[in-house]
Amino acid sequence: MSTEKPAKEALFSKKNRSLLTDPLNANNPITVQVLGICSALAITVKLKPAIVMGLSVLVVTTMANLITSLMRNMIPNRIRIIVQLVVVAALVILVDQVLKAFVYDVSKQLSVFVGLIITNCIIMGRIEAFSLGNTPWKSVLDGLGNGAAYGGILIIVAFFRELLGNGTLMDYPVVEWMGLYDLGYKNNGMMLLPPMALIVVALIIWVQRAKTPSLIEKD
Amino acid sequence: MKFIQNIFDATRPAVTTGALKTLYPLHNALETMMFVPDHNAHSGAHVRDAIDLKRTMVTVIFALVPALIFGIFNGGYQHYKAIGELANASGWAQFFTLDNFLFGAWKIVPMIAVTYMAGLGVEIYFAGRNRHPVNEGFLVSGLLIPMTMPIDMPLWMVAISTIFAVLIGKEVFGGTGMNLLNPALTARAFAFFAYPSFMSGDKVWINTTTEAGQAVVDGFSGATALGQYATTGTTSFGVWDAFLGLIPGSIGETSTLLILLGGVYLIATGIGSWKIMAGSLLGAIAMGLLFNWAAPHMVTEAQQNFMSIPFYYHLVFGSWAFATVFMATDPVSAAHTERGKWIYGFLVGFLGIMIRVFNPAYPEGMMLAILFMNVMAPLIDHYVVNANIQKRLKRAKA
Repeated sequence: MSTEKPAKEALFSKKNRSLLTDPLNANNPITVQVLGICSALAITVKLKPAIVMGLSVLVVTTMANLITSLMRNMIPNRIRIIVQLVVVAALVILVDQVLKAFVYDVSKQLSVFVGLIITNCIIMGRIEAFSLGNTPWKSVLDGLGNGAAYGGILIIVAFFRELLGNGTLMDYPVVEWMGLYDLGYKNNGMMLLPPMALIVVALIIWVQRAKTPSLIEKD
Repeated sequence: MKFIQNIFDATRPAVTTGALKTLYPLHNALETMMFVPDHNAHSGAHVRDAIDLKRTMVTVIFALVPALIFGIFNGGYQHYKAIGELANASGWAQFFTLDNFLFGAWKIVPMIAVTYMAGLGVEIYFAGRNRHPVNEGFLVSGLLIPMTMPIDMPLWMVAISTIFAVLIGKEVFGGTGMNLLNPALTARAFAFFAYPSFMSGDKVWINTTTEAGQAVVDGFSGATALGQYATTGTTSFGVWDAFLGLIPGSIGETSTLLILLGGVYLIATGIGSWKIMAGSLLGAIAMGLLFNWAAPHMVTEAQQNFMSIPFYYHLVFGSWAFATVFMATDPVSAAHTERGKWIYGFLVGFLGIMIRVFNPAYPEGMMLAILFMNVMAPLIDHYVVNANIQKRLKRAKA
C-alpha cells in the first residue's frame, strides 16, 4: 500500500478495508444495530435456507449500493426513497427468479422472505446512510461488508438451531451419525421455535460484547 | 467444629488475596452455611431485622418439605399401583410404606441433586467471575425445579433446563433479585417446550417400568386429572383424593392439603404474600364461576362438561395450589406494590384457569399464566405508583 501515491487512494487502503471489516464486528447490522431481526428469526431453522438467504442479501446490498452510488448525483433528493425502492425491488425480483430457477426447493422454503428482502432495514439503511454520499467502490465494499455480516450471523444462528433442534447439518444427520440417540439424547424442540432464535442472537451479542469492551455502553 | 473453623481460617488468605481468588465466593458460601456470618457493621449502626436472604430461603424450603416428602411417597405409590403390586394393607398403611418411599426417593433424590449441581455450578461460576458472594437465591429454585417435573424426566434434561433457567432467566439480568421471570418456572417452561413428549401426555406422570426393565402394560394411560378433562371432559379421580394428593401429577404438585400447610407457614412467617395467594384464589374462583355460567353455550359436550365442574375442582386438580403458594409469591418476579399484588394474584388465578380450560394443547395453564404475569408485573406496579402520585397531587392541590 505504501508504494501508492497519496493523491489517489489505494483500492484497499486502511479506510476502505475498515468499510469491509467494521460491519463484521464493531458495527454489525444485526447484533449492534439490531436491524433485520425478523428474517433472522424466520429463516434460520435450517442451515441451507439461511446460507441462501445470506447470499441473496449480500448480492442485493452490494448491487443496490453500487447502482445508487452511481446515480447519486442524478437523484433528486425529494424522490430518493422511491428511486432506492425501485432499484432494490428490481434486484430482489432478479434474485427471486434466479433462486426459483436454480434452487427451487430452497426458494420454496424461503417463500415470502425473499420478496421481503426489499423491506430489510439493512439494505435501505446502507443506501440512505452510505452509498448516496460515497463513491461506487466504497459503496460496494460497504455493501459487501454488511451483507456478509448479516449472512454470517444468520449462518451461526441456523447452525445451532438445526444442530440442536433437528439433529442435522445441511440435512445431514450428524447427531444420528454420532450415535447420541442411542444414549438417550433427544432433539431440543424449543430450538425450532422463533423465540429461541432471538435467544441465540442474544447469546451472540453477549459473547461479542464480552470480547469487544468498546461496545459496552458507559451508563 | 473447631477443626472445620481451622480449615476455613487456614485457607482464607489464599482465597482473599492469594492465587485462588476466584474461589472466594465458594469459600464464603460454605463458611456462612456452616457458621454464623461474621459480618460487622462498618459504619453507623442501622436497626434492622435479623432476617437475611438465607433465612428467607430456608423458610421457603421448610414450607416445601411436606409436599416434597409426600411427592416421594406418591411417586412410589403410583408406580406400584400401576403395576399392581401395592402393599397388602388398607388406607394410609398402603400409602406410607417403605417400598413407596424408597422407589420415589430412588427417582426423585437424583433429580434434586442434579438440579442443585447444575444450578449452583452456574451460580458459582458467575460469582467467581464477577467477584461477588454466591447468594442463596438458588436454594429454593433448586428444590422447586424437580418438584415441578414429572417423575420420569431424564436427568440430563433436568440439568439442561436448570442451566438454561439460571443463565437466561437470571444471570443475564444481573443475578438473584434482578430476574424478570421466576427461574424455576423458566426451567419448567424450557423443558415443556423443548422436550414436550417428556413433559406432557399420559405416559410420563407414572413410572410403569418393572424391575425387569420393561413397561408392564402397553397402552396404560396415566393421564393427570386435567389431561383427562382436556380430552374427555370428565375425570376418574375423586376430589377428596385430589385434595389429599393421591393422584398422578408433577412430583410436588399433587397434595393440595400439604401445599396449603406450607402456604399457611409462609403467611405466618411473613415470607409469602397473602395478598397474592388470596388474589389468585379469587381469580380462580371467578373464572370457575364464569365458566359455569358460560358452559351451556359451548359447542362440544366435552367442553360443556369441563366448564360446568364446580369451581373448587379447579383448586385441587392440577397445579393451582403449588403455583399459587410457591411460584406466584416469588418476591422478585411478582408485583411489588401492595395493591399491585392483588391485581397480579387475581390475574394469575384467572388466566391460569382460563388457559387450562380453553387451550387443549396446554392441559395446565398456571405455568404460562405466572410467566405472563411476571412480565406484566412491572407494568402493574407502574400504574399503581402513578395512581398514587395522582391521588397525592390532587390532595396537595386541594
